[in-house]
Amino acid sequence: MSPKTLYDKIWDAHVVHEAEDGTCLLYIDRHLVHEVTSPQAFEGLRMAGRTVRAPEKTIAVPDHNVPTTLDRTSGIKNEESRIQVEALDKNAQDFGINYYPVSDVRQGIVHIVGPEQGWTLPGMTVVCGDSHTATHGAFGALAHGIGTSEVEHVLATQTLIQKKSKNMKVEITGKLRPGVTAKDITLSVIGATGTAGGTGHVIEYCGEAIRDLSIEGRMTVCNMAIEGGARAGLIAPDEKTFDYVMGRPHAPKGAQWEAALAYWKTLFTDEGAHFDKVITLKGEDIAPVVTWGTSPEDVLPITAAVPAPEDFKGGKVDAARRALEYMGLTAGTPLSEIEIDTVFIGSCTNGRIEDLRAAADVLKGKKIKEGLRAMVVPGSGLVRAQAEEEGLADIFKEAGFEWRLAGCSMCLAMNPDQLEPGERCAATSNRNFEGRQGRGGRTHLMSPAMAAAAAVTGRLTDVREMM
Amino acid sequence: MEKFEKITGVAAPLPLINVDTDMIIPKQFLKTIKRSGLGVNLFDEMRYDGEGREIPDFVLNQPAYRKAEILVAGENFGCGSSREHAPWAIKDFGIKAVIAPSFADIFFNNCFKNGILPIVLPQDQVDRLMDDARKGENARITVDLEHQTVSGSDGTEFRFEVDPHQKHCLMEGLDDIGQTLQKAAAIDSFEQGYAARMPWV
Ligand code: SF4
Repeated sequence: MSPKTLYDKIWDAHVVHEAEDGTCLLYIDRHLVHEVTSPQAFEGLRMAGRTVRAPEKTIAVPDHNVPTTLDRTSGIKNEESRIQVEALDKNAQDFGINYYPVSDVRQGIVHIVGPEQGWTLPGMTVVCGDSHTATHGAFGALAHGIGTSEVEHVLATQTLIQKKSKNMKVEITGKLRPGVTAKDITLSVIGATGTAGGTGHVIEYCGEAIRDLSIEGRMTVCNMAIEGGARAGLIAPDEKTFDYVMGRPHAPKGAQWEAALAYWKTLFTDEGAHFDKVITLKGEDIAPVVTWGTSPEDVLPITAAVPAPEDFKGGKVDAARRALEYMGLTAGTPLSEIEIDTVFIGSCTNGRIEDLRAAADVLKGKKIKEGLRAMVVPGSGLVRAQAEEEGLADIFKEAGFEWRLAGCSMCLAMNPDQLEPGERCAATSNRNFEGRQGRGGRTHLMSPAMAAAAAVTGRLTDVREMM
Repeated sequence: MEKFEKITGVAAPLPLINVDTDMIIPKQFLKTIKRSGLGVNLFDEMRYDGEGREIPDFVLNQPAYRKAEILVAGENFGCGSSREHAPWAIKDFGIKAVIAPSFADIFFNNCFKNGILPIVLPQDQVDRLMDDARKGENARITVDLEHQTVSGSDGTEFRFEVDPHQKHCLMEGLDDIGQTLQKAAAIDSFEQGYAARMPWV
């Protein structure tokens, strides 16, 4: 047998049917659902008199629209948001799917809840009507976002019509330097390849620096595969993965655990398997980075200065000019002199317990710069509870952060957490598009530790100065 | 999905090029929970003023075209985002076929997924149909998918091309889901084998 990549192996294990032109019907093991991209799909099922084929493999949780303020228990005020969430309540009940309503302590961002509850397992196919489904690739699961028609298709058939992507390898060799995190890796990769670098490919991240990451760090890396243009990112499962999964509510137990484990250990890329594209970065070369523009590829080490449009080539010259204008930045300004108004720590990229620990580590015994607005939005109710137990919540609160309830929040500003026009934010989320965090809002992406450092000084800051 | 039947009806003229999905359905309507009900907001910003009042000049607000079943438009219709809300809005209004010299790719495919027939015809033929469309009730147009023809009010027939598979799906009212469900036996047997191999999933 010819050597296979990890992607090839997972793909092959899920092909239900292959047409002559290579179009496959792929079996889906887990379907995650949130309130924004699913209502029309459920309505479609109702109109056609169809049911959900595998409700036990379908998991729903409201996250995009939900308020994160403590008063949300009294109901969602924005009517459209409330209706979208209520529709999910009803659909989950009517179709009998697994559900974590707003009132449930396990509620949170869908990509954090899935792994936390053990729904995401190595070797699975995982889909969700959301592009950051790539997150689940950290477990060695083939995970990607789908459109609303496809959501309906998966609900009705537990399969997806797909053509196979190409294989791409992203290798991070060696060790990371102090102060450098998974977020710096993933942003640096996008900076190196551009936002279209992974288009048409599934990325496998490998190399010593990736192996050294915790599972949560790996989720951060895979989460942003989509910003690099790839539909999915993968990391081969290892002992860390198995340890993370073991004992979670929906992870296999007993003899099934043993059987699963034996299979999971076969999930790696064979020696000599073919990759269509290979990128290699040295771990030692990666610095703590921030974004300066309005595309996730606009990445620079914090020690650099704002670039000039002329530093670029082709269409990027105009794009950079427009980005600088939107961001209100002047070429040549050291990045560490850029003053911020707001700090947002959260999202499916960096809303897990280790992210909060890293931020709290920097904040311990310090106060945020006066006049700054800063919030922590844990990725799930359980992350929030654990952070309270560990005393992290107190560190945040004493530093001057707002301590919120779980949800997507200011990552995309569909709920009331939004930037004002011109407001500048240090954010741990994944997209810095124009208007992403609110109309006219200016977003700089970075790691949780860097965001915490920025909160203390009130400007973009090299966290290494505080270590 | 409903089967696509032969249509004889009023065509609304929209002689604009590059009609994008934002024009078809602006982004403020994406927060909806429905696929249906978007018809009233079809072409919202061209159709209503800032106060939500109808703009009488806009074609779909004119009495002759309130029940139009066909739309005749300029080239590159449906460019912009991939939002399925665009074909949803068109379908919900009651339009079943769109005739234009060219379409944006994603929109074109989204139409088939939603039971709408996009028809590509050369510019001169679109121009003649546009003239018919301007006559409203007085010049009905016929779209016959089976024979792949569009005929104007004077009986002139124009032939169009359509992908055989997409034609079959529209004629039979098959959507992707319907087709996949025809493979239900394959899914069943896959599931059984899979459950034996990987009982923990
Ligand atoms: S946190 Fe942000 S990126 Fe993640 S699912 Fe929510 S909105 Fe999407």
